[in-house]
Amino acid sequence: MNTTALENIKAAFPDATCKVVLGSVVLDVQPENIENTLSRLKNDAQFNCGLMLDVTAIDYLDYPEQKEARFFVVYTLRNWEDNLLIQVRTPVTDPDKGIPTATHLFGAALFGEREVYDQYGIHFQGHPDLRRILNHWQFEGHPLRKDYPIDKRQICYESDSLEKEIKARLAKKGVDESTMKDINTEVMFLNLGPSHPATHGAIRILTALDGETIIANVNEIGYLHRGFEKTSETLTYNQVIPLTDRLNYCSSMMNNIAYAKAVESWLGVEITERAQFMRVVLSEFYRVLDHLVCLAAALVDMGGLTNYWYLYNEKEAAYDLISRLTGARLTSSFTRIGGMYRDFYDGWKEDLEIQMKGIEKGVGDSLKLVETNRIVHDRTQDVCVLSGETALNYGLTGPTLRASGVAYDMRKDAPYYNYEAFDFDVPVGSKGDVYDRFMIRYEEIAQSLRIIRQALKHIPEGPVNIDNSQICLPPKHQVYNNIEGLSNHFKLIFEGVHAPAGEWYDGFEAANGELGFHFVSDGSGKPYKLKVRPPCFYIMGGFHKMVEGNMIADAVINLSCINIIGGELDR
Amino acid sequence: MALGLEASLGDTVVTTKLDEIINWGRQYSLWPFVYGTACCAIEFMSAAASQYDISRYGAEVVRFSPRQADLMLVCGTISYKQAVILKRIYEQMPHPKWVVAMGACASSGGIYDNYATVQGIDTIIPVDIYISGCPPRPEAVLDALIKIQDQIKGESLLQDRHQDFKGILD
Repeated sequence: MNTTALENIKAAFPDATCKVVLGSVVLDVQPENIENTLSRLKNDAQFNCGLMLDVTAIDYLDYPEQKEARFFVVYTLRNWEDNLLIQVRTPVTDPDKGIPTATHLFGAALFGEREVYDQYGIHFQGHPDLRRILNHWQFEGHPLRKDYPIDKRQICYESDSLEKEIKARLAKKGVDESTMKDINTEVMFLNLGPSHPATHGAIRILTALDGETIIANVNEIGYLHRGFEKTSETLTYNQVIPLTDRLNYCSSMMNNIAYAKAVESWLGVEITERAQFMRVVLSEFYRVLDHLVCLAAALVDMGGLTNYWYLYNEKEAAYDLISRLTGARLTSSFTRIGGMYRDFYDGWKEDLEIQMKGIEKGVGDSLKLVETNRIVHDRTQDVCVLSGETALNYGLTGPTLRASGVAYDMRKDAPYYNYEAFDFDVPVGSKGDVYDRFMIRYEEIAQSLRIIRQALKHIPEGPVNIDNSQICLPPKHQVYNNIEGLSNHFKLIFEGVHAPAGEWYDGFEAANGELGFHFVSDGSGKPYKLKVRPPCFYIMGGFHKMVEGNMIADAVINLSCINIIGGELDR
Repeated sequence: MALGLEASLGDTVVTTKLDEIINWGRQYSLWPFVYGTACCAIEFMSAAASQYDISRYGAEVVRFSPRQADLMLVCGTISYKQAVILKRIYEQMPHPKWVVAMGACASSGGIYDNYATVQGIDTIIPVDIYISGCPPRPEAVLDALIKIQDQIKGESLLQDRHQDFKGILD
């Protein structure tokens, strides 16, 4: 961010308090100004913040420093073209009364505000569908409030019928009660999931059908909500790393890296050159693996089982390298704050090259089946089209956004770890249909392999952890042989890495899109609050926009090509 | 050497106990219903793929309809929101049926000791075999399958298992 942008913001919002945190602008506004501020940030050409990344709230009940209100709501916006990140914060004095909604400005707020309502109990005036999203409908209380005990479990005895919601959606589409009941135009309701082979995990999709065409669609998520954010508040910064594995479990190491990067950015540490290269190599390798799983499963849904063997076997083969490196197949936990768990083993370059050749062969074989296959074309082209504008409005990022023609990729637009020095292309789709979403992933696999090969040429020798006893554990021989090493180890393990008090957001281009972490630290060794900005969550929020007007079978392949991963969607 | 009836009727007839012949059939044609919710489901995918090849144990016919399955593999975390559905699907499976809790989450809640997560699916439905690991390796899935097969060998047709099970949703 440059200084003129900051001056412009200050001039445009004289009432707001404005500060810069880690290159992003934080605006503090009063609730009565929140609508105007968000609308100006979105529509004013000089700010052009068309992408709402996330909505969250902070509960300051136990915070050491007194704040003007117990709750604050934070909207995170991005102008991806100029690499400008703006967070707008507003105090909430009465959560039951709440603040005005932003749903008329950003589609992403539909899901985002529902989550804040569910987790913090903050009302949004004028939100069209404000109800629980992650927790079940019989849940009482709001778990992320600081006075909600972490182990207070509540049993759900019955699932929600969603009847009211689907009828409201139908009414919005111009189908009223009498048309629904009319024998000639009778609407059929079809429920998919939460346990259904097409949902790849647990998502519930309720559709209202006219023949095979979907007139209206509502979804229910939260079946895999396992309290990541609340649990994180009880763990030290390094202890959270195993939990991040289980966000997007198809590319666990990317979550590790994104998380470690977010913490390090606040601590102000620059990891070693070798660690940066390691992170680039590994995150690109995991991007490839994530796309392989997505494509393998998606093509099975379309009836192409052979593709599963071609693509998934390569992923399976890659586990040999991964388990040699990390000791685990799926859940790597390979990063530490300040570096990596350990260096590569001897001979890793040769192993990696063998894996990459295998992947190229598998992808090539699969492409031979898909690329000129008439059935694949007919089933995917012009199906579930999503325009770039709608995609941005709903907060989509990653391959799904790029398939809609928006070339936003953090590796290019907000580079980190020397990505600007690598030579690679960002593929974009022309239509925004299922075909584009498939092909983008094939192309990204090729581009990622390109990045890995460049990184392999230039990776320097050297340590993988920074030399800072406040952050990284001392070498084992020091722990066993002298008292300084021992006490250093003890303190770091028990108290954790101390992050200075404050709040920050940091994003990372994960396989599904921008994976962001929003932290609040009270200066202790544990995060006071940790919010994940999961790419899947907002992609799912725009799902109805893709499938309405298409056939039920199209909805199935659309769901598989947007790669919804439960762990990340529901956390 | 043939004895009894077999001796007088020749090679065309084999006598055995009903339990044994039926259990033999059940053992080697388990049809799994994969209740995959999280990371463990990815490891089940590996168990089904070529390298580990679950079909060597006669259990490759993965069904997504509970009415066609007799082995439920719960792969992943079960939240309270999910528990109702898990129970309903379990009830839709015809007898006889077996349940495997795959991984730490399904067995005990795993690392998720909090408000959202069921602390072990055996509070909802009866479980026959638990697999440790987070997530378990595909070999462990195959091992559980062999254990289920061993268990089936000793079962009797006349006895209903888990008749008096009572979970938190009952």
